[in-house]
Amino acid sequence: MAFFEAKHLQKRFGDQVVLEDITLSFEAGQLSGIMGPNGAGKSTCFNVLTGQYKPDGGTVHFDGQDITGLPPRKISGMGIARSFQIMTLFDEFSAIDNIMIALRNTVTRAFNPLYDLPGDTTTMDRAADVLAKVGLKGRELEQAINLPYGERRALEIGVALASEPRLLFLDEPTQGLGVDGTARLADLILELKETYSIVIIEHDMKFLFRLADKISVIHWGQVITEGSPEDLRANEWVQASQLGEVA
Amino acid sequence: MKSPFAISTPVFTRPMLLMFVVLGTFPLWGTSVGLYNYLGVEIIIWIIYALGFNLLLGYTGLPSFGHGAYFGIGAYAYSLCQLNVFESVWAGILLGAFAGGVAAGLAACFLSHRRGIYFALMTIAFGQVFWFIAIKWHTLTGGEDGLLNVYRGTLSLGPVDVSLKSNEALFYFAFAVLVVITLLLWRIVHSPYGKALQAIRMSEMRAGFVGYNVWLMKWSVFTLSGVIAGLAGSIFAIAQESAYPDVMSLHASGFIVMMTLIGGGFVSFWGPVIGAIIFFVARDFLGSLTETWLLWYGLMFMAVMLFKPEGIAGVWQDFMKKQKAKSAATPTSQTPKNSVAGE
Repeated sequence: MAFFEAKHLQKRFGDQVVLEDITLSFEAGQLSGIMGPNGAGKSTCFNVLTGQYKPDGGTVHFDGQDITGLPPRKISGMGIARSFQIMTLFDEFSAIDNIMIALRNTVTRAFNPLYDLPGDTTTMDRAADVLAKVGLKGRELEQAINLPYGERRALEIGVALASEPRLLFLDEPTQGLGVDGTARLADLILELKETYSIVIIEHDMKFLFRLADKISVIHWGQVITEGSPEDLRANEWVQASQLGEVA
Repeated sequence: MKSPFAISTPVFTRPMLLMFVVLGTFPLWGTSVGLYNYLGVEIIIWIIYALGFNLLLGYTGLPSFGHGAYFGIGAYAYSLCQLNVFESVWAGILLGAFAGGVAAGLAACFLSHRRGIYFALMTIAFGQVFWFIAIKWHTLTGGEDGLLNVYRGTLSLGPVDVSLKSNEALFYFAFAVLVVITLLLWRIVHSPYGKALQAIRMSEMRAGFVGYNVWLMKWSVFTLSGVIAGLAGSIFAIAQESAYPDVMSLHASGFIVMMTLIGGGFVSFWGPVIGAIIFFVARDFLGSLTETWLLWYGLMFMAVMLFKPEGIAGVWQDFMKKQKAKSAATPTSQTPKNSVAGE
């Protein structure tokens, strides 16, 4: 069984079927990509995989365990973290507090009133390390809402990294970034790839083709093809569609 | 090496000591400026209530518009204990806090998966339910008259017994409770729990994805603030020597919201303290000038919400920031705005 495996996922909203039949698998140590045109069901698929929505059918397994329909906090506890397409930071916290609150160590002590969180050197050091990892060294005390857009994107990933995930889901990380920002983010993700297993949904095909080991293409709520970037470039369907042109 | 970003939370802070000194000495100077000890008792009771309420409103961002219910239930529980079970101040206030917590915990079971306007409306509904029960259940609550002739009682402190008959004695007792509650809440808001509550205010969804049990946190904070409201309510019953449904009504529940907001509960731990003091001083001062003092208080509330939604504490923080910027040669843009801890 693969590291992460979803089989025959279905999701309906009312009478609209968004996910028809999705079967996906991601391997440990790889960077997997999900692409597809607008409205293909990518985001819904992501939300089902990470626990925001319960699937109407099908199963999700992570590292041999059935996680189908578990709430996000349980899935997070098992070592899956995600970032958000629409930035979801703790805006009034400083950058370092955004990380601090998301550290596994903090979460497990959520109900310990005697623990002096802001005064814990180990915790704050660890938070500073995570910030440095996403390139935000020196910005620790800046309030999240005051950070420039590109740095907020990086912090968004940092918050996901704080929980020391075994599998990291990134939802359209380049959303709203310019050429420079996207290039910098690609470098960051290449670095993260050394240590983490990553799944990325992405619109920017160039970006994804540069980074991914394997890409799954979703359309009409189904996986229509998957393979390495080279396979996909050769794929008839991808060539025929606009997706191939950009790649 | 010590992390440059770790700042231990002090047990006492300057604003805290200032509050303790100013309020703790109130009976010594209050009368000389035309105030009276009973006013001090009221202010202390509502500060306790407001501090607990702000855990919910300011920290977690959960608007409860029916919180008077838990305050009132505390008062009833205290009175019922004194009248029917046994006369002990300690047992009474413990029971009051417990009853406030049970009622709030019950309501929170139905509230905790809600947010925003739905949460607010549900809190009103529950507040009204409890208020209505208090009015209608004559045999238990005495209906609209409430429970009367609750003894002020004697506080047993080991070897000595202190009568709470005088307002002065009651003041010091309430003040002691306030000190304990303040230290406790100060600790809680600087623990992971308090930080997570703020995280929930900023993004409930992200808090869940980071791994927090958002439902349980919302449930527990609502219950905890119900416990504190019940505790404040039971001291209120001692002060008033009675318990009655009026404090549970929707408009009485509105007062605690206004106090917390005017003071600046969203930006400072001390906001509710300022707000409660302003409310009672305004009541006495404006009330001595005009019968329609609530109108003027309401207008003041509107002015604050329109021009400075961060409340008095927000004005103070802006002022301090300006002072700091003036005194520093280079502007300290690096100073983080501490979201709600408000040192």
